[in-house]
Amino acid sequence: MKPESGTINTPTQKMRATLRRRYAAERRFRAYGIIAILLALAMLVTLFVTIVGNGLGAFVQHTVRLDISIYPQDIDPENETDLEALARANYQSLVNDALYSLFPDATTRRDRKDLRALISPDAKFVVRDMVLDDPSLIGQRVSIRVPLASEFDQVLKGNVDPAVDFRAMREGITEIPWSLPAGERLISDAQAGYLQQLMRQGEIEGSFNRWFFTNGDSRNPETAGIWGAAVGSFFTLLVTLALSFPIGVAAAIYLEEFAPKNRLTDIIEVNINNLAAVPSIVFGLLGLAVFLQFFGLPRSAPLVGGMVLTLMTLPTIIIASRAALKSVPPSIREAALGVGASKLQCIFHHVLPLAMPGMLTGTIIGMAQALGETAPLLMIGMVAFVVDVPGSPIDPATVLPVQIYLWADSPERAFTERTSAAIMCLLGFLILMNAVAVLLRKRFERRW
Amino acid sequence: MLDQQTQTGQAVQSPENTAGNPLVDGGVKVAARNANVYYGSKHAIKDVSLDIAPNEVTAFIGPSGCGKSTFLRCLNRMNDIIDICRVTGDIRLDGEDIYDRKVDVVQLRARVGMVFQKPNPFPKSIFENVAYGPRIHGLVSNKDELEEVVTTSLERAGLLNEVQDRLESPGTGLSGGQQQRLCIARAIAVSPEVILMDEPCSALDPIATAKIEELIDELRQNYTIVIVTHSMQQAARVSQRTAFFHLGNLVEMGDTETIFTNPEHKLTQGYITGRFG
Ligand SMILES: Nc1ncnc2c1ncn2[C@@H]1O[C@H](COP(=O)(O)OP(=O)(O)OP(=O)(O)O)[C@@H](O)[C@H]1O
Ligand SMILES: [Mg+2]
Repeated sequence: MKPESGTINTPTQKMRATLRRRYAAERRFRAYGIIAILLALAMLVTLFVTIVGNGLGAFVQHTVRLDISIYPQDIDPENETDLEALARANYQSLVNDALYSLFPDATTRRDRKDLRALISPDAKFVVRDMVLDDPSLIGQRVSIRVPLASEFDQVLKGNVDPAVDFRAMREGITEIPWSLPAGERLISDAQAGYLQQLMRQGEIEGSFNRWFFTNGDSRNPETAGIWGAAVGSFFTLLVTLALSFPIGVAAAIYLEEFAPKNRLTDIIEVNINNLAAVPSIVFGLLGLAVFLQFFGLPRSAPLVGGMVLTLMTLPTIIIASRAALKSVPPSIREAALGVGASKLQCIFHHVLPLAMPGMLTGTIIGMAQALGETAPLLMIGMVAFVVDVPGSPIDPATVLPVQIYLWADSPERAFTERTSAAIMCLLGFLILMNAVAVLLRKRFERRW
Repeated sequence: MLDQQTQTGQAVQSPENTAGNPLVDGGVKVAARNANVYYGSKHAIKDVSLDIAPNEVTAFIGPSGCGKSTFLRCLNRMNDIIDICRVTGDIRLDGEDIYDRKVDVVQLRARVGMVFQKPNPFPKSIFENVAYGPRIHGLVSNKDELEEVVTTSLERAGLLNEVQDRLESPGTGLSGGQQQRLCIARAIAVSPEVILMDEPCSALDPIATAKIEELIDELRQNYTIVIVTHSMQQAARVSQRTAFFHLGNLVEMGDTETIFTNPEHKLTQGYITGRFG
């Protein structure tokens, strides 16, 4: 073999040629990878930017300060100071009186109607809750901030074309600075005037929207909150966890460690894998047919929601747990059996602790799935409009993703904002759960 | 089958297909008669009969895949955990059939301990590793007794000096040789009568190996030891009797000296002189 330039015949030369191709392939592959990651990141960033951009406004709510005189004769004529009677009393008139006193000129029915529309119809509940919290306020004159109706809140936030330049309004121009011709304006002349006056007096202020975090759902976006849905989600997940973790782990242990290897267990195994791929709405229909219609469990209850989601998460947990059990090195089992541990002792003392991180990770992934699940819950009535925060797993409730679905369906601009805010909260919970998963894995992980 | 030489003029009747003296005259700790092991349809151990004398080290040697581990694992029924494995024949510990229905495997494994090829301490503390056996068998009634057992076991395994001040640190953090001695300590903590060792030194360097061999020699006073090894020198150094397996057959068994200096069977000769293996 004589080395000639230009011809490839020695092994080294051949190798060099393929080597170049190999490096090129490697570079190409790396480039694909980087492009894929950049694309994914770009999408993620777009998603986050849109959601945060849309939803951040929901954490601020404009409020009006009202001086309300809480006369006992209005709300507690019989002087019962009984909480139930107080809860039933007519707070609307207190709010209205306070409002009218701010604008003594508004005397016609039309004017007063316009005026009342400025603030949220739920302002009375804000007053009621304050009085219920502290009945000693009765007979006093208190200053309280009530939420502005959502149309005006949105106008002040600049989310809808305000038809009027509110920054200009603040600056002492008496003329209302309309930016749209009459007829296309969203708010009436009178309302613009009232708002202008309130702003000049410094009564209107945008502040942290506590109602969003403390209330249940409401027809009025300004007082609609996610607390009810969050508690519903919490109860639902609690039921799911309480059912699916023990059942899933027990099933995995049985199938992996005790079940004889025969036709029947093969069929069970295949079916569990299939169940993981069943569309979740099917589980919802199953829940409707079995839990609601056959067993007569309550509708819209987190208990049933949790049971349905258990069906959905079980395959995930079982598969993850079995994988975790399989990954425990056989040498550990041999060691345990070798010193005379029984099979059960071997599993519970040695195999399970080592498999636990994997099992927990699987469970938390399953829970995260369950937290984001909507379709099966629609089937069992958790899509109902629920104002009250549920107190137990059998109270009617909704869950965060369903709440998002409900709000996304509402036409009001304020609900759009709240939809995004609720999505932010849901994502926050998911990130929290995943962080817990990572933490647990780190905490329980042991090397061998 | 092999071309076998039937031994005559022995006090005990020797199995036909085994050269040397597979059976012993005096006390017998473990006795196997016509033991067969099948993995599914694979016949891994063929009609093996042998005796293991108490307070002696018996070495199993033979080429890879000849069934040494398989046979060793029959002696404490570790093969039970392999689904496809089937054992026939008669294996007795102190005259009691260990494959009898009435025998409790858990108790058997407490009497016949095992040390594996790869050190496999539990991913727990050194103390816990040794304490686990006595605890599950209820051998100790209080903490002091437990500590006592752990210390003596570590002492006997020659590990105590090295780990005395870090009993709470993980057993997996020790060196390979220390881990193997920890496994030996774990095995002797339940006071077994027989200790089975499957290539206990194959993962260790010469110094650690020397330590373990020394240890095996000491342990012989109190225990009956069966050791599988690939090292002819090791078998010669530590054992009193040696069994040579080939393709599932027990080809020859006898005093270690005889096997290594004057083997009867030509397969044995070939193996120990390194002509095949
Ligand atoms: N779990 C098993 N399933 C099927 N066949 C097996 C199994 N374990 C061992 N065997 C077979 O049984 C025969 C004996 O194996 P064994 O492990 O006893 O050999 P060995 O003498 O210990 O070999 P080595 O010296 O390499 O450890 C081999 O042919 C092996 O393929
Ligand atoms: Mg082996």
